[in-house]
Parts: sequence; C-alpha cells; structure tokens
Amino acid sequence: MRHLLLILLATAPLAAQDHAHHGAHGGLPPLKPIAEGSLHTAADVQFMQGMIAHHAQAIRMSTLAATRSGDARLVRFAQKIDQSQTSEIQLMGDWLADRQQVVPDSAMWVQITMPGMLTAAELAELATLKGAAFDRRFLELMIRHHEGAIAMVADLFATPRAGQEVDVNVFANEVEQVQSVEIALMRQMLATLEGAR
Amino acid sequence: MPRLTARLALAAALLAAVPVLGAQTYPKGGDPRDDLAHGMANAGVAIQGMRHLGTAPKSAAFDSTRGLTFVNSDLAFRGNLVYQGNFAGFTIWDVRDAAKPVLVAEVPCITSQGDPSIVGNLLFISAEGTGNRNDCAKGGVQKPEDGMMGVRIYDVSNPKMPRLVKNVQTCKGSHTHTVVPHPTDRNIVYIYVSGNQGVRQGMAGCVAGDDPADESNSLYRLDVIKVPVHHPEMAEVVTGARIFTGIGPVARRGGRQASGGPRNCHDVTAYPAMGLLAGACASAGLLVDISNPEKPVRLDAVADTNFSLWHTAVFSNDGKKVVFTDEWGGGTQPMCQKTSMMEMGGNTTLVIGADRKMKQHAYFKIPTAQTDRENCVSHNGSLIPVPGRDVMVQGWYQGGVNLIDFTDADKPYEIGFFDRGPVDAPRAADDTTRRRGGTIAGSWGAYWYNGRIYSSEMARGLDILELVPTAHLSANEIAAAKLVMMDEFNPQSQPKITWPAAFPVVRSYVDQLERGKGLPAGRIAAIRAALDKAEAANGAARRTALTTLAGQIDGDVAGSSDAERVKTLAAEVRRLAGK
Repeated sequence: MRHLLLILLATAPLAAQDHAHHGAHGGLPPLKPIAEGSLHTAADVQFMQGMIAHHAQAIRMSTLAATRSGDARLVRFAQKIDQSQTSEIQLMGDWLADRQQVVPDSAMWVQITMPGMLTAAELAELATLKGAAFDRRFLELMIRHHEGAIAMVADLFATPRAGQEVDVNVFANEVEQVQSVEIALMRQMLATLEGAR
Repeated sequence: MPRLTARLALAAALLAAVPVLGAQTYPKGGDPRDDLAHGMANAGVAIQGMRHLGTAPKSAAFDSTRGLTFVNSDLAFRGNLVYQGNFAGFTIWDVRDAAKPVLVAEVPCITSQGDPSIVGNLLFISAEGTGNRNDCAKGGVQKPEDGMMGVRIYDVSNPKMPRLVKNVQTCKGSHTHTVVPHPTDRNIVYIYVSGNQGVRQGMAGCVAGDDPADESNSLYRLDVIKVPVHHPEMAEVVTGARIFTGIGPVARRGGRQASGGPRNCHDVTAYPAMGLLAGACASAGLLVDISNPEKPVRLDAVADTNFSLWHTAVFSNDGKKVVFTDEWGGGTQPMCQKTSMMEMGGNTTLVIGADRKMKQHAYFKIPTAQTDRENCVSHNGSLIPVPGRDVMVQGWYQGGVNLIDFTDADKPYEIGFFDRGPVDAPRAADDTTRRRGGTIAGSWGAYWYNGRIYSSEMARGLDILELVPTAHLSANEIAAAKLVMMDEFNPQSQPKITWPAAFPVVRSYVDQLERGKGLPAGRIAAIRAALDKAEAANGAARRTALTTLAGQIDGDVAGSSDAERVKTLAAEVRRLAGK
C-alpha cells in the first residue's frame, strides 16, 4: 500500500503539467491503483496512454496524405502507418483495460501532448499543402513525430523498473524498431525528393 | 558537395531499385479458411496438401494465456528431439510418435523471446526482455546486475535434466541468434546475435552512439559469440559484425552524424555452405559474405517502403534466390484481414545475381482473409527438400501454416495450408465489454525436419503435420523430400540439401515435366514405364536399363520447353545407374 501511495504522489505533478509546451508530457488521465506485486509500473501505464494519443495524431497526419500527396509511394506508406497504428491503439487499449487502467479515447490527442507531436498550427499548415510541398513537409513532420515516439520509448526504458513486463517490453521495442525503420525510409524518400528538386 | 551527392545517390539506389512488383489481388472469399469456428482446443480446421498428425499441448508450466508471458516461440531439432522455446522457458519433446509426442523436459526460466538453437549437447536460448534475470526467476530485475540479456547456454547431454552452463551477456540483448559453424574447426561455433534493445546502461564495454562507423559503438553491430563446443563456459563475445556502415543517407542531427540505415537485424539466416548470410535487418534486407565468420562483409542492401520490418529469410537451395519476410504489426496484430494491404506483411523474393547483388521480384502473402481476432503476418519457415523446385513451409501466426512454391521468383504461389479458426469468438463492433484484440496464438514458425512439418503454436502447443500428394505436389516429390535426413537442424542456419540417387528423385523430375508440360504425354508415359521396369530389375540389368533410358532422355532435350529439367533428369537417371 505504501508503494502504491508513492506512485500516486510521484505522478500527481505530471498530470498538472502545462499542456501547451511542445514536447512536454501532459494531459494524461489519472492513474488507477496498481496492485502490489505487479510487474508493470506507473511509467508503463502512462507510456501506453501517451502513445495512444501520439499514434492518433500520426493517423490524422497519414489520412491527409491520401488526398494531398503527389506521390503514390508516399500515399501507400502513409496508409501503412495508418493501419499499423490503428491496430496498435487497439493493442494498447486492451493492455490498459486488462490492467484496470483508463483507456484514453483516441480523440484525446488534441488534449494530450507528447514528444514530437505537431502543434495545432503545424497540423493546420500541413493540411493546406499539396503535391511535392505536402510530401516534403509531411516527411519532415512525421520524422519528428516518430523521433518523439522513439524518445518516449527511451524515456520508458530509462525509468527504473519500467518496460520489464513482457507485453510492454515487446510493444515498446516494436514501436522503437518499426518507427526507426520508417524514419530511415522517410529520410530516403526525403533525400530522393531533395535530389529531384 | 561530392560527399552529399554520393549519399543521395546511395539513398536513391536503395529505394529506386524497387520497381512495381507483382502482388496478389485481395482474397475474394470462397476460401476453405474463411469462417472457421473459433476455439482454443476445438477450433475449426481447414487443411490442404497436409495431414495433421498430432498436437502436443503446452506442458503444465507454460499452460496459460496471459498476453505474451507464456507463449511458445521458435524450434530447433536434433535426432528425435524437438526443442521448443517459450517466453517463460523451454520444452524438449521426443517426437518419435508424431501422434503422441513425449515430454522429455520442461524448463521454467523467464526468457523472452526464448528462441532456441541446438549444437550437439549445447542448447542456446535468446534472452532479450529487460525483465529476464540471471536466475531465471520471475519478479523482474531489481538491480541491473541481475538482468540477463544475451544468450543462455544449456548443457542438454542429459535431455531430461538440462543444466544452465552460462549466461553470455550482450549489449543489446538477443532477440534471435544464428549458429554459424567455424569454417574448419569443428570444435568452435559462432553465434551471431540479433539484439533489438537499445544499448544497456551500466554494463562495461557497452557504448551507445550515432555513428555506425565508430568501432567503439555497441549499437551498430551484430554481436558475435565464439563458443568452444567442449568448453561452453568459456563462450564470450569476441567481435561485433559491422555490417551496417554506409547504408542509407546520413542525416545531420544536433551537429552529429545519424545514420538513416539499420543498426540491428531482426534475424539473420546463415547459409554456411555458400558462405552467405541473409540479414533481415529492420529497414533493409542485407546480403553478407560470411566466409570468415569473424569478419563478415556486406555485399548488398535493399530497402522497400512497403516493408515495415525485414524480419527473416530463407535461401533457395542453390543460393540464387532469397525470400525475405516482413513482420508488419510485430506478430501480435491482425495484418491479414481483407482490408490489409497485400504487398505488406508478406514475403518478397529476391534473385541473387552472379555479381552477388540482389534484385527484388514479387510479393507473396497468404491468399486468404483472416479475422480481426487473429494476429497474423508472415513469419518463420524453411525449405522443403523437393528436388527441382523451390518449396517452403511457413508459419503465419493465426493465419496458419502454408506451403509456397517460389521456383519462379516472379510468381510465388501457394500449394497447401493448415489453418485453425481464431482462439476467440467474434466481437461485435459496438461491444465495449470485451477486449478488441484476440488471444495471441498461431504458428510462430513451421519447419520441415526429417519427413515431417513441425509448427510451434504459441498458445496451443506443438503441431506435427505431414505432406499428402496433390496436383501441386506429387507422391514422388514427397518421397524424395523424405530421403533428406539431418542429424540436427537450426532453421536460421540453413544446410545445403543433397539428395541420394534414388527412384523417387528421378520420378520427381518426370512428374514436374508432366505438370509443366515440358515433355509430351507419350514420352512421360514411356519414361515412367522404363523406370518401373528398371526398378523391377537388379544389378547389371538395372544399370543397363537406366543407362539406355538416360541416352533416350538426352534425345528429348532439344524438343523440350524445359530443357534444363530434362538434362537434370538424364543426369539423375545416370547417377542412379551408377549407384
């Protein structure tokens, strides 16, 4: 019980953080009690909750590509991000629900701020672009967005005792791997675009 | 800016080399795998080209479904024993009776993801998860020095009582590993370690860094463990295979260089007889020369924006093709639904040229739509030793097990399958009382070993299957495959297959010429009759009959649309005559 109290105290200031700061964590739902002896930690719960919001914004960005991109390959690539992350949101939601934690509605991304996420102004700007201009900006922003997700994984593993529960461990590694791959591919697509300019 | 130009050229080369490739159309329905009943033990089954011989349910220690905690992972084979990894330990099965495998040992030891390899009396187990401990116990790692990320080595000389000999720690853990024999010294094996975690903090010699070319950087390398077979306690990391340097454009990040290329492989498949290794390395497929296992040299790298995660590879037996798989969705997600993209989450076939560069050809994915309750994506498999063709068996998690012919790199096609319905009942879209995803289950890997197919079912146990003849695979081809026997088999260390001189081998080529219309029906019938007659004869009479037949087949070469196969047939008949 003492352990539980400490977790709650430790997370209280986090929920109160200013949401407006780009790159800051903010707006997460309240933490429910974690049973003593559980392998998962508050940091794991908040990683999953925050990543749902982070993914939801990536999906919003990806759906823009369908109508605004000038490159068939990029449209397909964005569709892949959309399907991958939609499915991952379900996985994260199940993980949280299985542990009696709050599952943020995926529409919460407008209120939850996580590393690499776009500001409302950046998203609005992206939605005005078309063709190669869209592609370039999409790639730049999605690279940053993905780097944010990777930073979230790094933060998770840097937190003592976090990331050990096997489902979190495998999922966090997968996010790191898949998004690193996508960053590599986006850098290559960006380089190809720059080369064509 | 010549350096920048060179970088851009390399980036373009990685991607621009990808043409529009053939992929199947979306499943139209009407597949026997559609609408199978759900259930853990009593799910509906659809099967073609195979017969299900038996299932060994999980042993008591692992008989639980709780996320990934107790799932089965990969397989290794030696003699009559099958070594089955599990995220919470491993199991050894005696499979002499396929209908009733006998439990030899169950060894609880929390070790995600527990991929096994066997070399003589040594069993190697991959340990990656940050909750794995030196002492195997549960409860997670309280002090960093108690953590075990690397390769566990067990002595299984008494398979009933495996003994942990050493935990070899590595900087990035071991998601998978691959056995690479020493080129000449049978007393030494190398273990190539694919580790996906970041660099561990607080372990001596482990250095995180951004620059792949930096020799002190622990991130951009495959750790190589050298194992003296008779002194496994002396096994240690001897070098790092730096096969990632110079892949992808280099981006400047905060004034430092950051690679846009991979820093690890998910899985590498060695083909020691060819001195080759196919590295399925996250963002790229690599071809690597491993003729000196301590100094591997990258020959080529291919990228593809349709691939989420280059996951694993299987070479054709002649080493001229390689099938790479894409683990879209990580294996825990349902990526084989009717809305899932067909060129993603499947295989791609690459042809390896004489210049030892790879050229990507078609995609292949199971041509059936699975449900949203079934985690499904391309996963592990191995060759089935059918002479004259490139055939493999592969696991697709809850997409089941299937058989694929990839003889024509542009037209891989399915020739059989075994699929169960989902573990869980369907869930209505508006049902908020149940989880959205299903129980994690399905075939982690399906492999051919000494006449049978073994599939490691993550939740249901160990499935054992055998081939049955169909229009796509004849009784002779199956009989020929069954002639290939191995003492030991680790799927990621691919052996060179050779067939004995035998009638089923010869008849396989005849069957293939008939199927592909490489010879007229009259000639097929005449050759078969001559083979039957020769087989009924003995000694010199048989030799004479076969030699005469070979001469006649030589005469068929010129008129055949498949002259190479006719030549091979003649050569096989001569080899049989000389036996």
